[in-house]
Amino acid sequence: MTQKGNLHYLTDQIWSSNQVLVAVLGICSALAITNRLSVALTMSLSVTFVTSCSCFFVSLLRHRTPPSVRMITQLAIISVFVIIIDQFLQAYFFAIWKVMTVFVGLIITNCIVMGRCEGMAKNVAPWPAFLDGMGAGLGYGLVLMIVGAIREFFGFGQLFGIQVVPVSWYASAVHPNAYENFGLMVSPPAAFFIIGMLIWISNATVTKEA
Amino acid sequence: MFMGPYAPINLVGLLIQSIFIENFILANFLGMCTYLACSAKLKTANGLGVAVVLVLTVAGTLNWCVHQFITGQGALSWLSYFGLNVAGINLNFLEFLIFISVIAGFVQVLEIVIEKFAPALYMSLGIYLPLITVNCAILGACLFAVTREYPFLPNLVYVFGAGMGWWLAIALIAAIREKILVSNVIPNLKGMGITFIMTGLMSMAFLGFTGIKLANPTGTEEPGVEVIEQDEVKTPKS
Repeated sequence: MTQKGNLHYLTDQIWSSNQVLVAVLGICSALAITNRLSVALTMSLSVTFVTSCSCFFVSLLRHRTPPSVRMITQLAIISVFVIIIDQFLQAYFFAIWKVMTVFVGLIITNCIVMGRCEGMAKNVAPWPAFLDGMGAGLGYGLVLMIVGAIREFFGFGQLFGIQVVPVSWYASAVHPNAYENFGLMVSPPAAFFIIGMLIWISNATVTKEA
Repeated sequence: MFMGPYAPINLVGLLIQSIFIENFILANFLGMCTYLACSAKLKTANGLGVAVVLVLTVAGTLNWCVHQFITGQGALSWLSYFGLNVAGINLNFLEFLIFISVIAGFVQVLEIVIEKFAPALYMSLGIYLPLITVNCAILGACLFAVTREYPFLPNLVYVFGAGMGWWLAIALIAAIREKILVSNVIPNLKGMGITFIMTGLMSMAFLGFTGIKLANPTGTEEPGVEVIEQDEVKTPKS
């Protein structure tokens, strides 16, 4: 297969068969740590790294892995990369790592990683598998960033921790009826609503194309 | 080691906290994939719920032992009975790998045992067992329990409660989804979209519990770290 033929593995995953919106996988972390963009970005990059690397290695070992132990082999490969990410974040981005707490470890059980290994990587050559994993990670990252941006903008009036809504707009003792942050956006239910709406949009556009 | 600073009444509080206040699906978003994929029928949901409670309780306890005796800070000091001075070794970075192996291994063993001794149960439960290995609720509960440093019995209560809370949530949504089949939903929102919005509404109802703290041992501060949502709710003051 030519280089160009392989590239669709990467691009398909980003919107038209987006893992979060179309296959509804990897929801847990898409909901749990998207109330800050910086955290969402870190999570997206980590997942992209883990998915692409573990897909590559699962695919590399696909002829040597007996089917009966393939789950545990995949889990072992995935957890190696998650440990690398975890140690890396602890060393260089300790503040973000502290906010993410257990969710770094939970990349292991992120269904996207497992789903791509199981559904794609064990059937194709390493390079397409790598691209496919990377596309899945990037598509997941896209959704995370959208949700994160909406939640941080309405919930805190900030983007990447920088105040976007001018401070003078906020309600104060002098102007009690002015703008206030939308508290619900920070709390869990908002994430469900936003993803529900995104699935709606994605369904509407994808079926129209088909 | 068994009770720590916890009194028996705190265990009841911890149970309520882990089932309702910190419900694994509706407040912590763990185990969502299985929750969404297997909640179309109430019967399936119940089978899965029982399996999760069982696996979570046992795997949580096993992983507590792993943390206590193998991977925790200074946990290897028991090897000094055999003349090995390894108390300074910290195997913390291996925690993920060992935890997931313990869970996967236990699920595999459980599957074999159930198939052998209770074929009827295997028929109803067996197909869900492999799914549970990759259920983030199991690994999540183990990791939460470790970060909060629960002693043995509170840990047991916590993982059991987490499983029960998961079962409660999936049973609720499955019952609603059975009913919504006959309703007239916008075509593009059918299936997953409306399920998310319903879960959001359920989650809002459970939000009413937040702020209640029952799990602290009497007279002490909250052990370990807080869940991120709770620290970040403060809005900036102008």
